[in-house]
Amino acid sequence: MRIHVDKDKCITAGHCVLVAPEVFDQDEDGVVELLDDAPPERLRAAIDEAAGLCPAALIRIEG
Amino acid sequence: MERAPGCPFDPAPELRRWQAEEPVRQVRLWNGTTAWVFTRYDDQRALLADPRISSDAHQPGFPHSLPSTKAIKQEGRILVSLDNPDHDEMRRLLTRDFTIRAVEAKRPRTQEIVDDRIDAMLRAGASTGNTADLVADLALPVPSLVICELLGVPPSDQAFFQERSETVVSASSTEQETGTALMELKSYLGGLADQKAREPGDDLISRLARFREEGRLSPSEVEITGMFLLAAGHETTANMIALGTLALLRNPSQLEEIRDGADPALVANAVEELLRYLHTPHSGRTRVALEDIEVAGRTVRAGEGLITASNICDRDPSKFPDHPDTLDIHRANARHHTAFGFGIHQCLGAPLARMELQVVFSTLFRRIPTLRLDAALDDLPFKIDRFVYGVKKLPVAW
Repeated sequence: MRIHVDKDKCITAGHCVLVAPEVFDQDEDGVVELLDDAPPERLRAAIDEAAGLCPAALIRIEG
Repeated sequence: MERAPGCPFDPAPELRRWQAEEPVRQVRLWNGTTAWVFTRYDDQRALLADPRISSDAHQPGFPHSLPSTKAIKQEGRILVSLDNPDHDEMRRLLTRDFTIRAVEAKRPRTQEIVDDRIDAMLRAGASTGNTADLVADLALPVPSLVICELLGVPPSDQAFFQERSETVVSASSTEQETGTALMELKSYLGGLADQKAREPGDDLISRLARFREEGRLSPSEVEITGMFLLAAGHETTANMIALGTLALLRNPSQLEEIRDGADPALVANAVEELLRYLHTPHSGRTRVALEDIEVAGRTVRAGEGLITASNICDRDPSKFPDHPDTLDIHRANARHHTAFGFGIHQCLGAPLARMELQVVFSTLFRRIPTLRLDAALDDLPFKIDRFVYGVKKLPVAW
């Protein structure tokens, strides 16, 4: 599984940080930071949820 | 739209019928214009994320839900009326104070504010047979004081600020009183920005003042932005505090779980479910199509207005299949609600609002375990015709 985020689209809502804190964080301005672009399979459900909650639809899961 | 008698928490019955039978239909608005109305969760989600939708209230086909929203949205450059790239550029100036971390840092002070207000309510209530109006004593002051902290209003000015912002929100203020209060707040914020330009603090107005010095915001934009944040964050949160308390009083076993449990995750989920179930911004999300858009088998033409009836969308059985019209603080997908909207305009203040509500609900019932409603449900004055749904008074006793 590889995760891609498009920082330019980020509106800093922070849902990703709340549901998958091992994978996503925010910088000082709230913009998404990918902590792990190849996270373990056990986090797939949480990452799927983050992708669904993201109001800017900027999280892409490959594989 | 009229709600059914005895069902103050449920959206108007027509919306439920439309959702089931005619999920895309046209309506005539208060000013004679027409707009498309969407009542299904998935259609709303697709539309609010679609780049062919505009929030620009100056566009000819823009559907204004109320005369007051038309006036506000057309005033200056405010975030809710901007499309990209302008929207993201302005939003990024404000996000620093609304990150998860920044909001968490405000939690201890918010707890103090809530405890102080409850102390005051208990003290004052002791001389009226242990009764109070939860709206005046808790729901209105808490968000106003939290916003004071956010903006950087010094403690000596907070009473001034609070009084005026409550006048603006109060359903019993005359138009003149509201107008005067708004002007005084705007002028105060301008003065505060001047002060913070000279002596900056770690607060939002200081940051806006710096952007003003750098030419990234005009003086009028600083004032308008301050006012907008106040407007967006006061009544909405106040209404959630009051209605949320009422909803929990009407669902006592769930109230007890929150009161007697020590689980922050349960309180957090309860807040999400209250947001879904109560959905206080009940006037829908308004947009205009920039190009033709196909949705649910219909074509919305470029220039036509759209309204997504977000409150009924949050009761859509296709998204919330398990008793969608019932409050269930254990609902697994409660956080998928759209009480804060969806797409690029999703509420900037959402993390702050969530935190405030978590603090209020994890504190109130613990501090006042015998809290009860001191009026009949049917007698409560609900704010049916304001942009944001709520209740004007909530008589409680303990």
